[in-house]
Amino acid sequence: MKFMKNQLRRTAVGAIAAIAALTSFGAVASADEITGAGATFPQPVYTRWAEQYAASNGDTLNYQGIGSGAGTTQIINRTVDFGASDAPVAPERLASNNLLQFPAVIGAVVVSVNIAGVNGNDLHLTGPVVADIYLGRIRMWNDRRIAALNPGVTLPAVAIAPVYRADSSGTTSIFTSYLGAVSLAFQTTIGAGSSVSWRAGIGAPGNAGVAGAIRNTNGAIGYVEYAYATENNMATPQLQNRSGAWVRPNSAAFAAAAATANWASAPNMAASMINTAGQANWPIVSATYILLPKNPTDGARSLKVMRFFDWAFNNGQPAADQLHYIMLPESVRAQVRQRWCQVRSNGQPVWSGCH
Amino acid sequence: MSVSSSVDFENSRKFHLGEGIFRTILLFSALVILITLGAILTILFLSGQHAFARYGVQFLWLDQWDPVRDVYGAAAPVVGTLASSAIALAIAWPLGFGVAYFLTESCPRRLRAPLGIAVELLAAIPSIVYGMWGFFVFAPVMSSAIQPWLTANAWLFWIIVAALVGISLSSMTLATLGRSIFGRIVAGAILILALAGIVYLAVNRTDLPVLPSELNPLWWWFQGAPVGVGLLSAGVVLAIMILPFIAATSRDVLNTTPQLLKEGGYAMGATRWEVVTGVVIPAVRGSLFGAVFLGLGRALGETMAVVFVIGNANRLPDSFFAPTTSISALIANTFPEAGPDTMLQASLFALGFILFVVSFFVLALARLMLRQGRMA
Repeated sequence: MKFMKNQLRRTAVGAIAAIAALTSFGAVASADEITGAGATFPQPVYTRWAEQYAASNGDTLNYQGIGSGAGTTQIINRTVDFGASDAPVAPERLASNNLLQFPAVIGAVVVSVNIAGVNGNDLHLTGPVVADIYLGRIRMWNDRRIAALNPGVTLPAVAIAPVYRADSSGTTSIFTSYLGAVSLAFQTTIGAGSSVSWRAGIGAPGNAGVAGAIRNTNGAIGYVEYAYATENNMATPQLQNRSGAWVRPNSAAFAAAAATANWASAPNMAASMINTAGQANWPIVSATYILLPKNPTDGARSLKVMRFFDWAFNNGQPAADQLHYIMLPESVRAQVRQRWCQVRSNGQPVWSGCH
Repeated sequence: MSVSSSVDFENSRKFHLGEGIFRTILLFSALVILITLGAILTILFLSGQHAFARYGVQFLWLDQWDPVRDVYGAAAPVVGTLASSAIALAIAWPLGFGVAYFLTESCPRRLRAPLGIAVELLAAIPSIVYGMWGFFVFAPVMSSAIQPWLTANAWLFWIIVAALVGISLSSMTLATLGRSIFGRIVAGAILILALAGIVYLAVNRTDLPVLPSELNPLWWWFQGAPVGVGLLSAGVVLAIMILPFIAATSRDVLNTTPQLLKEGGYAMGATRWEVVTGVVIPAVRGSLFGAVFLGLGRALGETMAVVFVIGNANRLPDSFFAPTTSISALIANTFPEAGPDTMLQASLFALGFILFVVSFFVLALARLMLRQGRMA
């Protein structure tokens, strides 16, 4: 009995000490950490930047890839220091919630296929054909519309299995925006969004799920973020761009699309890089966005967020190259820094670079 | 003796206050569960009421889930949930009962414990592991081997269905009409009809599959692109997941059959099969149904494994291989992006409410049947 009592007391003391240690650690961590939440599309590059930034500067960044919609909700509720969204947020929603939106980095979405006996990298597809595949109008790989684009390639009589993201995703939003831009039928029957009412195919969870489903299935076609396709050696067909040229997905083609975007006239810097004209342009390119409160309760924390992205704009190139993201053009980075001046605490701009 | 008992009495009186506090704590613990249950149900309904208000009962059979147009209907997820669970039951029920019967009646005593533990260990595997197995291992096999075979041999399935329907219908007729001449004629006619169907299917087995699938309802169910994930894959993975529940509960139920009854059967010269069908099953029928419904309750709400193998297409399935969705899979996929106070979120809560109600009734039915079986 006595032994048990002692044991109990010891356990209780231990538990209290452990709880105290945990809470104090939590408090310390949350004081110094910048927190952000949202899109999964740019998560790899944000995480890499955060590691390098912490090593060079000491401030740590905790980024949670919980999805664009959830990230937007979190910044509206001011539970994080910044939100992140792949699709630009509607201007009226930005205004009503006092949010500043700026682009952070550019990424591309690619189409991937798995057809036994066909080299997917040499396959040629056009936007309208891909749209009709996802509409369920083209069902076989030896369909004459696909064969017409690929003279000399023997396409098997295999059913096409379109694969899409089961979860709501910025990647889906970018891909459906593209299909909607090139196909009126797609725009009117399905439309664009982070989760849409697909007419054909199967949904797999996450980029990894889509990649797995494509690998598993003979005849599959799907879309993933470019970094994901290169890391997994996925076959990526060439697409015909707006200028009628056939392009392979690579960094040069993405950068060409980024260069032609009309940043100056886009409201809230939401410049579209979908289906841009230009011989070298990859047609499915998009920026991903950061949301900052214009009236932060703690200006110092907002400043830390800006310093982080300022550091990333100056030093983030190697990590972006490695992960196949495209940096914003220099002129756009300067515009973003100018826009940071709209964030004010006690009537004063938080960012130091304002005149 | 009398001294000690009077001391005990004294003690119990002395601790009367403690007794009261203890009882209050117990009552409170019991009430917390009831209150939580009620609160969850209320919150689900209140949060989903915008969807119910907008669509009414129509919500249940609206076959559309379109976040772009902000139109949401529950038909596809509800049908997907019920259909995948039904397939799981159709596979796991006979299998689970077989395992249970083997373990209680004909298994060598030395194998009984290890086999029983092995079956129960299936229940310890996390559902995400089942999901990954289903997606990375089972789905490729399904797409390359099982599905093409089933598509080519759909007639076998329908022959089995015709045989089962014929036998059960004719035996039901005999049971209701009695063994009169009339009853025998009707039962015989049903058997002949079933036999004719079987012969027709067997003779035409090679011709029927080439008919366009639109003209041939029997073959609809085995058509579709071989993607490996879909309704049937979800049903099979769910079947493996609920097998341990059905097997373990059935085993416990079978163990409650009085030994005397079984020995009586064997003493009459009955075979093992006759003892099972004539003595054991009638004695514990209700409880066996209860075991199955416990498994069904689990299958209805399973999320992670289903997300991987059901195909996540918010459409009504038009074949066993068609991708579709389930309530829990749809909620898991969509919830992170459903903003507060949107119709999407309300519809998800309404779906959750529907699932809660269905599961609640299934489990209540299971309890009722298990109890009836015990009383019989």
